[in-house]
Amino acid sequence: MLRFVLKRFASLAVSLAVASLVIFAVIEIAPGDPAAFMLGLNAQPETLAALRAELGLDVPKWQRYLTWVFGLVQGDFGLSYTYRTPVSEMIASRLWVSLPLALYALGLSTAIAFPAGIYAAARRGRAGDMTVMGATQLGVAVPNFWFAMMLVLIFAIKLRWFSAGGFAGWDGGLWAGLHALTLPAVALALPQAAILARVMRSALLEVMAEDYIRTARAKGLSQRAALWRHGLRNALIPVLTIIGLQFSFLLAGSIIIEQVFYLPGLGRLVFQSISARDLIVVESVVMLLVFAVIMVNFIVDLAYALVDPRLRAGR
Amino acid sequence: MRRNLILGGLLSCCVVLAALVSFVWTPLDHTVLNIPAKLQPPGAAHWLGTDHFGRDIFSMIMVGARTSIAVALVAVGIGMGLGVPLGLWAAARRGALVDELIMRGNDLIFAFPSLVIAILITAVFGAGAVNAIIAIGIFNIPVFARITRGAALSLWEREFILAARVAGKSAVRISAEHILPNVMNLLIVQGTIQFSLGILAEAGLSYVGLGAQPPVPSWGRMLADAQTLVSIAPHMALAPGLAIIVTVLGLNLLGDGLRDVFDPRLRTAR
Repeated sequence: MLRFVLKRFASLAVSLAVASLVIFAVIEIAPGDPAAFMLGLNAQPETLAALRAELGLDVPKWQRYLTWVFGLVQGDFGLSYTYRTPVSEMIASRLWVSLPLALYALGLSTAIAFPAGIYAAARRGRAGDMTVMGATQLGVAVPNFWFAMMLVLIFAIKLRWFSAGGFAGWDGGLWAGLHALTLPAVALALPQAAILARVMRSALLEVMAEDYIRTARAKGLSQRAALWRHGLRNALIPVLTIIGLQFSFLLAGSIIIEQVFYLPGLGRLVFQSISARDLIVVESVVMLLVFAVIMVNFIVDLAYALVDPRLRAGR
Repeated sequence: MRRNLILGGLLSCCVVLAALVSFVWTPLDHTVLNIPAKLQPPGAAHWLGTDHFGRDIFSMIMVGARTSIAVALVAVGIGMGLGVPLGLWAAARRGALVDELIMRGNDLIFAFPSLVIAILITAVFGAGAVNAIIAIGIFNIPVFARITRGAALSLWEREFILAARVAGKSAVRISAEHILPNVMNLLIVQGTIQFSLGILAEAGLSYVGLGAQPPVPSWGRMLADAQTLVSIAPHMALAPGLAIIVTVLGLNLLGDGLRDVFDPRLRTAR
């Protein structure tokens, strides 16, 4: 087990290092000098040089890369070019919108997908299964930002149950915060729920064809009891992987949904920073998202190895 | 059980047909601004109504299909063009350093939330259809590389490949002449699915203003235009949204249908 963990840990470190290098490289070849951008066309060369020195842009690129990476490791993301505030603070305040939104959506998608997937698997081939599968086909095909607009049209503009956008923060209490995030979370959750329901269904069907289910049936369990007692637990493994993967999709997917609802989350931060050439913020947010994905995968892998000893030896 | 194939094929054909017909005919010129006729609901003069500039939405949808199809098609082409050879190469040198490097590179691209990187690329190199294609295409590479390698690995163990090796064929020739034809079915099915994902991705990028730029019509940007007007002119949002759904749904059904045709075993297993 220790050997497996160490091996996975080494590959985690390499992935993160390469990812940081790629992100830095992509941002660095971006046309446009942040200092020149901030000072405008008529800037004096001396002012420009002074600002470049202040922003730390005058040192060689490799040195800036190292400063950035070592800062990241210590939780110091540097100062925003435009706002001169610590990037970590900007990200932290935005995370308070994006992270709860992603978790909310994940909860919703699981809450919809589990019953739907189980129901479809239990009624395989019958009308109920066909209906659920048809609905998931549709759910996968609907762009979430369009679905978001339709939600706004129906529930915010026509019915006035929710506000059409914006987020006042968590100061108004948990309920008010969740209320404001409900429409975005539903919009995000729908396509994910459709995918998850399909995975749940096919995982269950696969498990239900196993010998141990037949044994359970032979010893007198009804199909339903076998499904609940033995099938579900075994089907959860592939389902949990997808849930792990979906979390990163949701975090990234919230970028577009935040645009629809004017939510002050990470996505809007990225867009604002790109248009202001505040590259250090862009770098850090993207790195954070990639870090989250790589970490989730790492944790899922470890969890598997813990649950299933075969996987430890297999790799 | 050919319903998926037929329905999917029909829907996809409709969209492709609309795109092709738009080259020679649209109900009205989609570039003509007609402000007095702005925001008209669907009717006889404008089948799907008009937008805030009085442009005919039906015509814009038809021309927009061109953009969606072109972007997604080229993106899939990039993914196949680079991913399939990489996958074949990795499988031919299975276990070697090259294989390891290719697969780890794949994992790395997978680790990047695709949308974030697409936004990054289009933002850094400028918004536009070409950069959107590149951004979407990059993420198709590991998909095709992985699926090709996976299928090719088991093929390399088969007798007919052994026979080819004994006959003295090089790994390159075996890959091209024996492995590739045998993974083609899988690639076509995956290609259909990636194509539909590409349509969705293109719509998302254009929606946030990073895809095709005006005056090229695109479904995503039509939705962005519709957003602020959704309360007074919901038809502006409905039409492009439904166009996207029909296209993606059609392609997904087509993919499912093709898979059933190519591999009947999968059908019974499900």
